[in-house]
Amino acid sequence: MEKIAIIGMGMTKIEANKVSENFADMAWEAVNAALADAGMDIKDVSNLITTSNDFWDGRTISCMAVGDSSGAREKNCSCVEGDGTYGAFYAMARILSGSYPSTLVTGHTKGSESISSLITNAAFDPIYERSLGVDMITASAMQARAYMDKTGTTSEDLARVSVKNHGNAKNNPYAQLPMDLTVEDVLASEMIADPLHKLDCSPVSDGCCALILADEETAKKFCKKPIWVKGAAFCSDAYFLGDRDLAKPKSLVAAAKKAYAMAGITEPTRQIDLAEVYDAFTYQELMWAEGLGLAEYGKAKDRLKNGDFDISGTLPVNASGGLLSGHPVIAAGLYRMAEAVRQLRGEAGANQKDGAKTAVVQGLNGLCGQSHCVWVLGNE
Amino acid sequence: MGKKRVAIVGTGQTHHKSHRPDVNGQELIHEAVTRALADAELTIKDIDAIVIGNMDHFEGINYVDCWSVDGSGGTMRPIIKLTTGGTTGSTLAIGGYHMVASGLFEKVLIIGWEKNSESDTTGAITTAFDPIWDRLVFAGAIAGLAAEGQAYMAEFGITDRDAARVSVRDRKHAVNNPYAQLRKEVTIEEVLESPMLSDPIHLLDVCPRTDGACAVIMASEDVAEKICPVPDWIWGTANRHVYTYVGDVNLGEIDSMKNAATELFAKTGIREPRKELDVIELYQPYSFAGIIWIEAMGIIPRGKGSEYIWSGATDMGGELPINPSGGVIACNPIGATGLIRCAEVALQVMGKAGDRQVPDVNLGVSTGFGGCFWTDILLHGKKKPE
Amino acid sequence: MIDQDLSKVTPQVYESKIGVPYTWWAGDTATRFLEGIRDRGELWATRCGKCSRTYVPPRKNCPGCFEENAEWVQVGPGATVVTFTVARRPLAAIPDPVPVVFALVKPDGADTAMLHRIGDVDPEKVSIGMRVKPRFAAERKGHIRDIECFVPEQG
Repeated sequence: MEKIAIIGMGMTKIEANKVSENFADMAWEAVNAALADAGMDIKDVSNLITTSNDFWDGRTISCMAVGDSSGAREKNCSCVEGDGTYGAFYAMARILSGSYPSTLVTGHTKGSESISSLITNAAFDPIYERSLGVDMITASAMQARAYMDKTGTTSEDLARVSVKNHGNAKNNPYAQLPMDLTVEDVLASEMIADPLHKLDCSPVSDGCCALILADEETAKKFCKKPIWVKGAAFCSDAYFLGDRDLAKPKSLVAAAKKAYAMAGITEPTRQIDLAEVYDAFTYQELMWAEGLGLAEYGKAKDRLKNGDFDISGTLPVNASGGLLSGHPVIAAGLYRMAEAVRQLRGEAGANQKDGAKTAVVQGLNGLCGQSHCVWVLGNE
Repeated sequence: MGKKRVAIVGTGQTHHKSHRPDVNGQELIHEAVTRALADAELTIKDIDAIVIGNMDHFEGINYVDCWSVDGSGGTMRPIIKLTTGGTTGSTLAIGGYHMVASGLFEKVLIIGWEKNSESDTTGAITTAFDPIWDRLVFAGAIAGLAAEGQAYMAEFGITDRDAARVSVRDRKHAVNNPYAQLRKEVTIEEVLESPMLSDPIHLLDVCPRTDGACAVIMASEDVAEKICPVPDWIWGTANRHVYTYVGDVNLGEIDSMKNAATELFAKTGIREPRKELDVIELYQPYSFAGIIWIEAMGIIPRGKGSEYIWSGATDMGGELPINPSGGVIACNPIGATGLIRCAEVALQVMGKAGDRQVPDVNLGVSTGFGGCFWTDILLHGKKKPE
Repeated sequence: MIDQDLSKVTPQVYESKIGVPYTWWAGDTATRFLEGIRDRGELWATRCGKCSRTYVPPRKNCPGCFEENAEWVQVGPGATVVTFTVARRPLAAIPDPVPVVFALVKPDGADTAMLHRIGDVDPEKVSIGMRVKPRFAAERKGHIRDIECFVPEQG
């Protein structure tokens, strides 16, 4: 694959309720931050992809709301509906096609404007499932139970993810929920749906993230520290939860295998320095880390307990604080990519993993990780 | 041009109908997909990635790309959803083009679909508009189109009789298309006597609501000619999606078409589109657009569209047939509609268009329309692009 | 003159909702399943002629082999709990008082599990591997909730 770089990034602070900003205002902030970061003017960006979801936004053709403030006027553009990592993938494909030297990609969500239980209930089959009343949290709780049953992972293990990530958030200026927690705090928090406590779940959040991707020539022209895409791939599993082995992330394993092959990663635990994964719930960080080959199946809990996934450990996972510390749904994967860029540039401040050269990032779509998008990024 | 040249090697459509109660959305998709695979003589195992789209609020299913994998073949494959409203179908075609041109995937399945019978289309479209400024005063798509028609009429003095001629053309063409929903010829008088929906638009000037799906398979130059003896090469794509509040639209001139077409023709070396193109499948949801938008595309000077239509030049057998399929007035499963335009031009280039075949098509254009007067446009050709 | 400084504005919140009615066509395949639970209190699945996988909810085509599922087979009524959760917070999607037990249950003879609820049992006693069977509503309308819930097979 030809070289593609991330040359600019802009994030709004993730907040529970951005009452002063609408979708366009958030995009304006993130896009301008990304342009400033890249040293570009909007005229230097040749096309753009916005990422949004009509249900979360309460709006048909949700991309309409952010086009103008993202600079779409008189540019070719498109809209991906799904996690921002998929938007970034299309952005990359548009550059690799030779049609465009650079693509701006954005993702936004205002979870505060809707009721997430109803929005995610609408992802269930209208004939067979929806009227039962299940939503993302209760479905994920079933997945957590299946995973714990199969691997012997305990509620204390899950709680350790929450303690770590909320703690990491204390040094992240963009995070919504920096917190000092103990395992006991997590276990004592409200039981929403067994086995998931309130502090096992990510919060409802507002935010927008923008990245600028570019070909090698453009990257070298504008950027002193381009972060290179080493590999990227995505894959979907079956839809119905009962068609899948919920305890195993089959499509993530497949996507990771492809992305790693592109990147020449044969021993992920040795070759990857840090990971930013889609920890919408505590158990997911462990499941996805295993799916990415960062621990053997069922052993992520041991690596976590051993401190390997801490910032000071051998393979920090969600050094940014992850989604548990702020989860603007559609933008979530782009935030993970941006956080990996900060690390690979050496700009992550107190959360910096020293000497980080290669990072893996993961985003997902659908219920209980039906579809995953995996990126390998590097600074060399 | 892409790093890899890209061609359409197979297409499939459902027989579009107003209601398809016998299938759900997944099953409707599956019909189009199996037909496209059969057309290309491929199996789902040959497909490297899937690009799919519809408009969420027409079916009321969130993460609908994930929901529909049983029908699309997306299980254990890369599947990505694009959606841009009415332009969704053409946006998908442009998306599939870039996925293949990138070299990341060799064969990509592109699916657009809609079951418009499942919701209140007007209600769902109204939610596209800004909830604070436009939504309460603007209902559905037709009001914006009527405003465009009025603006053009005021400037050039055409009447609803001139627009009716476009509707008569498309409905006549649709008789030749076994997949079209409405296959009945009408007269100018019948159009003018049909109920006035939103002045100056009569019922027979506009598109129906449709259940339908369309699938297109694109392949890279490495394999396209092995799969299909006469593939349809994609020469280029362009689009303009400027959102503004309804009052900011340049009514009667459609800037998005003008700017997208200008860009496309410039980068593909088309100097005289009227002479060089052999066929156009225009996403034309109402008759007046058949006059206004071909001017914006640069086919005919501004103000001359009506005369050109009356001359018969855009009828089957004319110098530049438009909408041999019957177009959107005969059939409009919204998320599929733009992709159907693309598939229909592909059929023309491949010589597979049956009773609606235009002879010797070397170059054709397909378009998409939607959003807030947005345009997508693709140039197709029989010759492999330079 | 108005104040030029937007930071002094107290932003307003515009409360609204989207109300779009939907008519979801179940299609022939789902209709046959829904008729089975409504008219006969039976669970019916489709089976792929190629890989023999038996699908519930029934699928018109096999997602893997991508061929039409020709055969209908009766499954259950006995079923096994694959996984479950006890929903304790009254989340907006749940139309009934909590706690509610959601579960994936695999009917005997099927290769996939279906999403439903567990009832007639202390939620703390539900476990993975538990044997259950459907309890049908007295009045049935051809709806997934004609199965009120799955209940323990014994007792």
